Amino acid sequence: MREKLEALQAEAIEKVQQADNLQSLQDVRVAYLGKKGPITEVLRGMGKLSPEERPVIGELANKVREAIATALDNKKSLLEEAALNEQLQKEAIDVTLPGRPVKTGGPHLLTSIIEEVEDLFLGMGFEIKEGPEVETDYFNFEALNLPQDHPARDMQDSFYVTDHLLLRTQTSPVQARTMREYDGNKAIKMICPGIVYRRDTDDATHSHQFTQIEGLLVDKHVRMSDLKGVLLEFSRKLFGSDREIRLRPSFFPFTEPSVEVDVTCKVCDGKGCNVCKHTGWIEILGAGMVHSNVLRMSGYDPEEYSGFAFGMGVERIAMLKYGVDDIRHFYTNDVRFLSQYHKA
Amino acid sequence: MYVSLNWLKQYVDIDNISPEDLAEKITRSGIEVESIERVAPESTNVFVGYVESCEQHPNADKLNLCQINVGTETYQIICGAPNIAQGQKIAAALPGARLPGGVKIKKAKLRGVESHGMVCSLQELGIDEKFVPKDVADGIFVFPEDTEVGTPVAELLNLDDVILELGLTPNRADAMSMLGVAYEVAAILDKEVKQPEESYQTSDSKAADLVSVKVEDGELNPYYGAFVIEDVTIGASPLWMRNYLMAAGIRPINNVVDITNYALLVYGQPLHAFDYDKVATKEIVVRTAKQGERIQTLDDQERTLKGDEIVITNGTEPIALAGVMGGANSEVSDDTKTILLEAAYFDARAIRRSSKHHNLRSEASARYEKGIDPNRVKRAGAYAARLLAEYADGKIAQGVVEFDELDRKEKQVKIDTASVNNRLGTTISDEEIASILTRLQFGFEQDNSEFIVSVPTRRGDISLFEDMLEEIARIYGYDNIPYTLPQGEAFAGKLTTKQYLKRQLKQYLQGAGLMETITYSLTSKARTEMLVSPDVKEQAVYPVALKMPMSEEHSHLRLSIIPELVDTLSYNVARKQENLGYFEFGRVFLSKEEQITEQPNETARLAGALTGTWMEQPWQQEKKPVDFYVAKGIVEGIFAQLDLEPVFQQAQVDGYHPGRTATVSHNDRVVGVVGQLHPTVQKAFDLKETYVFDLDIAYLIDQYEEVPSFRTIPRHPSVTRDIALVVSEAVHAGDIQRTIRESGGNLVQQVQIFDVYQGEHMEAGKKSIAFTVLYQDPTRTLTDEEVEASYNSIIENVKTKHDAELRS
Repeated sequence: MREKLEALQAEAIEKVQQADNLQSLQDVRVAYLGKKGPITEVLRGMGKLSPEERPVIGELANKVREAIATALDNKKSLLEEAALNEQLQKEAIDVTLPGRPVKTGGPHLLTSIIEEVEDLFLGMGFEIKEGPEVETDYFNFEALNLPQDHPARDMQDSFYVTDHLLLRTQTSPVQARTMREYDGNKAIKMICPGIVYRRDTDDATHSHQFTQIEGLLVDKHVRMSDLKGVLLEFSRKLFGSDREIRLRPSFFPFTEPSVEVDVTCKVCDGKGCNVCKHTGWIEILGAGMVHSNVLRMSGYDPEEYSGFAFGMGVERIAMLKYGVDDIRHFYTNDVRFLSQYHKA
Repeated sequence: MYVSLNWLKQYVDIDNISPEDLAEKITRSGIEVESIERVAPESTNVFVGYVESCEQHPNADKLNLCQINVGTETYQIICGAPNIAQGQKIAAALPGARLPGGVKIKKAKLRGVESHGMVCSLQELGIDEKFVPKDVADGIFVFPEDTEVGTPVAELLNLDDVILELGLTPNRADAMSMLGVAYEVAAILDKEVKQPEESYQTSDSKAADLVSVKVEDGELNPYYGAFVIEDVTIGASPLWMRNYLMAAGIRPINNVVDITNYALLVYGQPLHAFDYDKVATKEIVVRTAKQGERIQTLDDQERTLKGDEIVITNGTEPIALAGVMGGANSEVSDDTKTILLEAAYFDARAIRRSSKHHNLRSEASARYEKGIDPNRVKRAGAYAARLLAEYADGKIAQGVVEFDELDRKEKQVKIDTASVNNRLGTTISDEEIASILTRLQFGFEQDNSEFIVSVPTRRGDISLFEDMLEEIARIYGYDNIPYTLPQGEAFAGKLTTKQYLKRQLKQYLQGAGLMETITYSLTSKARTEMLVSPDVKEQAVYPVALKMPMSEEHSHLRLSIIPELVDTLSYNVARKQENLGYFEFGRVFLSKEEQITEQPNETARLAGALTGTWMEQPWQQEKKPVDFYVAKGIVEGIFAQLDLEPVFQQAQVDGYHPGRTATVSHNDRVVGVVGQLHPTVQKAFDLKETYVFDLDIAYLIDQYEEVPSFRTIPRHPSVTRDIALVVSEAVHAGDIQRTIRESGGNLVQQVQIFDVYQGEHMEAGKKSIAFTVLYQDPTRTLTDEEVEASYNSIIENVKTKHDAELRS
């Protein structure tokens, strides 16, 4: 018996080794371990054995069975692994072929700048206001201390629609409207981005339509030093933390004192180059303390309230920040221009 | 304003500062120096030469062979200028000379004859063509006879001068004069201002015997002064004066005109010289023009007067358009003997209107319209009279015949140190304020920290506390103001819901593959009539027209963004960029009135345009062109962003493909359109198949519910049923879908179309559409019976409503 079992084990393991696919391996399993297999047969013939031999042979038979089963399992794993490897090999692709493109668009460069500036001022507690583009002469000029026949009206040649309606030449009317809305007794912190229009012939540096962002802060005890502080903060966030600003006196009818604000040239770091006309400075903003006439006309008592206002041209900021050389690019919407400023 | 530094030196000491430093200081304290230029930086080795002889070149008709003595030596120079002649003193550039523009003078042979230099015109010496006197514009410059031979020309012609170009803001009219600039520079450098000499000797004549002055309206012309200068000799003005005029950008003409211009530049006070004999009536009457009255101005233009201009007349006819330009009928000419010199003060607004109406700007009007100094009117007249005596041999009659109602008082402005510091955020002391006022040469009375400032009349721009604040701040220096942050109440900055949604929608569209554009709001009239969305059209609106457009292309405000987007596509396609998807979130301008009187309704639209291939994967041969359903899918996405439900209905819209266009509605209100452009429109823009959408996004954003209520997440399983129907091909899937939804009861959560088939195995004129109906009740599991009941009701309804059959 013992010999027979041992021979069976050797024979079965030999067959297992010879099996070269899962089916033939299964056949081996059925042939040796199945209900009609030789081991079962051996076990069935155990009754004829002496009581001393029975447990010995029983144990041996189980060992043989286990050894065959282990060999079968091991071989099965091997075969499965081989089959998987074969499949994987068949499934291989050329990973160097291009991927399937995901079509994405992107924002207009002016929108990117506007949103960046908006976010900066939102962070400083400003709100965002809008106003009409077809504006009354009153809000566009008079409420901003620019009465009829004022020489400063020449600074901005306007598109009139009627004698008292025009396309706004600046976003400042939104400031006047906001002051009126706030009834002369609340603090204001707002910025107003928007489209404005001037009678300019379109060329590389002029556009009859362009974009401004203006800001206004009105409160009790607002100082010119606060204007400097806010604009320094803004300039550093927008252009880089190492920027400096300087103020130069200027003139706007709605502010007094009025200043122009320069930021250190980023091309030459203030050393002087062609971009900054060798001054080391680039003009980015107009600003000033809100004129008492403007406060008064909008219902604020200039004895009690003071404020500052500032304004910038978005195209100019974009041109400086990204080196765009022609303002018309912003309105031509050439896809080769638009797609330069985002990852399409 | 061009400021010659050599000239400025006569009024203020600037010897110890470089032009660059001076320019920087001027810029930093209030007036922008736009450029610093040397008159002629490169002229060297050019001397005054005497033309000893001048003969025709043996081999060239138009050239002259000249012997020119420059003091030490005589040079043979060939010159082509028509005006060269023996006996002249001219500018000779000798070999080795360098002229502006990099010209180097060398010995040369011209037509076989040697030339040792060049005789120069003013242009060649670097003077701008437009300022060169007309008599020497086409030839060389001839120096006065008394000029010393051998003198370097640079010095004589002021070529070593430095010119600062000032960019003046409208408030700084005071700096439109050399004296005004001198005051500014004196304040910056803490110097004195030297005044010009204005005294003169008079003849025995009395001006009052020679002319009378009458002013009809003292408001428009509060001061008119007439000086009379007899026996003048018209000729060239002195070279130094011509130099300064050219440096200031004024072309020299003759001594009389040059002197009035020179005095104008010194004082900022316009003056006018009439030929006294041509005034004829010996009478000056200043009045308002009569409508239709005519005058020929000095620029040879015949002008018809509107009626509100101020005119100077001789009692009968206009002889000058006051404050703007003189009349040809009283112009000074070579034979003029007696000058009537006007020094007047005119109302700024009246001059501004007059100049604007006639589109005529002059040195005079530029100053009058911004306001001149009432205390300089007569002084400038006296100074010019003095110069006329000196440089035109004139004899000044005694007295000035005047009309005088002019207010010359100085304005008083109160300031105090605390208010100044509170407003600036500084800690300026009383002493510093006093010192700044002194430097500005403003009179003041001080009581500790309170000041009453008497503002000089030259500074007409200062009348309020803030104006003085600015003066103090700019002289104190803006750099010295500290950086602080506002101390007021802190606010939380936040986008409003609408602003947030606008950003959200833009991001969605970018994610959906569209590029944002910004196009012009101003368009042509023709464009306002095309591709207007049905929801806009039904409001019966008119486009807003400009009163005076600059061009036809930009004459009206748009009613629709679509034409601009389509034009943008066309522009790009013409540049071989063929696969495009654009969107714009912008305003349109809708007026209820044909003749606009009130502000139009400005409303936000969201529009898009797509053409070409939408998806492409070349090596897998996948290429999907844009079609209606791409555009519609994007519109559905926009609604989804706002949590709204769109309804699409086939529609006929002008400019759109009749079979591939739908109106978009929300709650039974048409809010826009989506569709293919009509092939004729496509052709007009050179486009292939193009799909667009245009939505009233302002309205849709208003419909957005800020905090949608929570919807329970279903815990019980859903049941689906597929229904395949055969219908006539004219039936719209969307209609059946709606019937299924409406007839299925409230357990129906979703009805999706998963197959549309037409063709083989299908009866002609029929199509099959397959739907999946999803049933669900979030609170319980559904029974077969209730789903069956709903299904049966659906079948019943689609059979009767759409003549549908179940597909077997």
